[in-house]
Amino acid sequence: MNLSRILAVVLRQFFLIRGSPSRILPMFMWVMIDMILWGFITRYLNAFTNSGFDFVPALLGAVLLWDFLTRVMHGLTMAFFEDVWSRNFLNVFATPITISEYIAGLVLASITTSTLGLIVMVLIALGFGLSFFVFGLMFIPFLLVLFMCGIALGIVGISVVLRLGPAAEWFIWPVPAMLSPFVGVFYPLATLPIWMRAVSYALPPSYVFESMRSIVHGGRPSLLALAVSAGLALVYIVLAGWFFNRTYRYAVHVGLIARYSAETVS
Amino acid sequence: MSQTLRRHYHDCFSMNGEYVLSVDSLRKNYGDTVAVDNVSFHVKRKEIVGLLGPNGAGKTTTINMILGVLEPTSGTISIEAVDLASQRSRALSHTNFAAVYAPVPGNLTVYQNLRVFGMMYDVKSLTRRIEELLREFDLLKFRDTKCGVLSSGEQTRVCLAKAMLNSPCLLLLDEPTASLDPATARDIRTKIRQFAAQGSGGVLWTSHNMYEVQEVCDRVLFLSHGKILLEGDPKLLPEEHGKTTLEELFITVAREPLTLALE
Repeated sequence: MNLSRILAVVLRQFFLIRGSPSRILPMFMWVMIDMILWGFITRYLNAFTNSGFDFVPALLGAVLLWDFLTRVMHGLTMAFFEDVWSRNFLNVFATPITISEYIAGLVLASITTSTLGLIVMVLIALGFGLSFFVFGLMFIPFLLVLFMCGIALGIVGISVVLRLGPAAEWFIWPVPAMLSPFVGVFYPLATLPIWMRAVSYALPPSYVFESMRSIVHGGRPSLLALAVSAGLALVYIVLAGWFFNRTYRYAVHVGLIARYSAETVS
Repeated sequence: MSQTLRRHYHDCFSMNGEYVLSVDSLRKNYGDTVAVDNVSFHVKRKEIVGLLGPNGAGKTTTINMILGVLEPTSGTISIEAVDLASQRSRALSHTNFAAVYAPVPGNLTVYQNLRVFGMMYDVKSLTRRIEELLREFDLLKFRDTKCGVLSSGEQTRVCLAKAMLNSPCLLLLDEPTASLDPATARDIRTKIRQFAAQGSGGVLWTSHNMYEVQEVCDRVLFLSHGKILLEGDPKLLPEEHGKTTLEELFITVAREPLTLALE
């Protein structure tokens, strides 16, 4: 892989973000709103229930982790959409850049933007009294698994848009919201009906949120569950890469790269 | 000649082979429609080849296949003797292009676009190369201007600067002067001729301006219905086929290709 070509994708994203409030604000805005909203909800629940149970790590921690996954996915797809919106496919894919270099560039761009979002979320969470010592060192593998899932979802998302055309971006934005009921962000998987639980077991974030709840309730996280989730996330990244590569090859075969805005599928 | 360009020319010269581009038995089908039909041609070093033909003749399809963004149904393409199908990245590092339908992103400045694409082509001494191109294409005053607000002629100059970033051995130009005023178009033609004459690179050029083709191209290929119908020196071809001008010959190719095919 050629580092210069990978960094070109990241630099392009940096140039675009640097001079554009409409790109900078969404990186913080939604996570800020979510964290502030859930921060006050947890405060209210703590005061109202008076049960002694601390809702802050259970709910606010869950929101933080889930928003992080969403930011990672959106960071990757946004970097790709910049090429869609500026009709830049022909210019980019006629360069020597390889598919793995292009994806690596999108992932690096996503790491940068999602890290900024994470910092804002952590600061707000600290303001609401969320102590990351509750999770201990497990917080790092939690984040890593969710990061990998966000990347896999992002790659699948851009594959769909590459295949179906610019209008298909509508499908991509709500994907995390559609998955959230299955992964048990706010409730144990046992709450779900059996068929939903079957789906949950195939989704790595389910293991993360189950482990997180176990820690909050004073239990020990299952290292096996974490290993399974990391393994699953890795498999999904490989599958997503394979899917994008296949979609790209199809696009080159039928001439979609050169006539992308024609949306030939419709 | 700039230092970077001189070094690049040395690189091109050090390559083996007479041709910068070899296209052999190229074919592209879209279902039952044949867009390009068994086309073979080459571009030599220092040569400017015009790819002519009416709309829908298969010119852009051919160029897209050479750029690696469209897979041929059959046939082979070699750029600097590197097979495009099996060594895409290496083959494309020797080429670059400018086309009216592929402007650089309008939301980046001229400098930012040249920087990003220069990195994608892994251009060495990129900062110096960008400065050279900004001067050469009279873009210094637009350095920090977003490309989207430039006039179409200025945007074309940016695209051409982008196309020259890696001093390609094979330069593909799809109607590069279509939106330029006559004076700027003449300057651009001079630059392209210089590029071919001073270095070892070759140029594949499409244009609907027959005056321009006659002035610039060493050889032309007339495409019609995906096939090469005629090939030769643009200054001699009209007379060889009983026409007074290249434009007249072009119109015959567009309207009555069979009369030429039967000659």
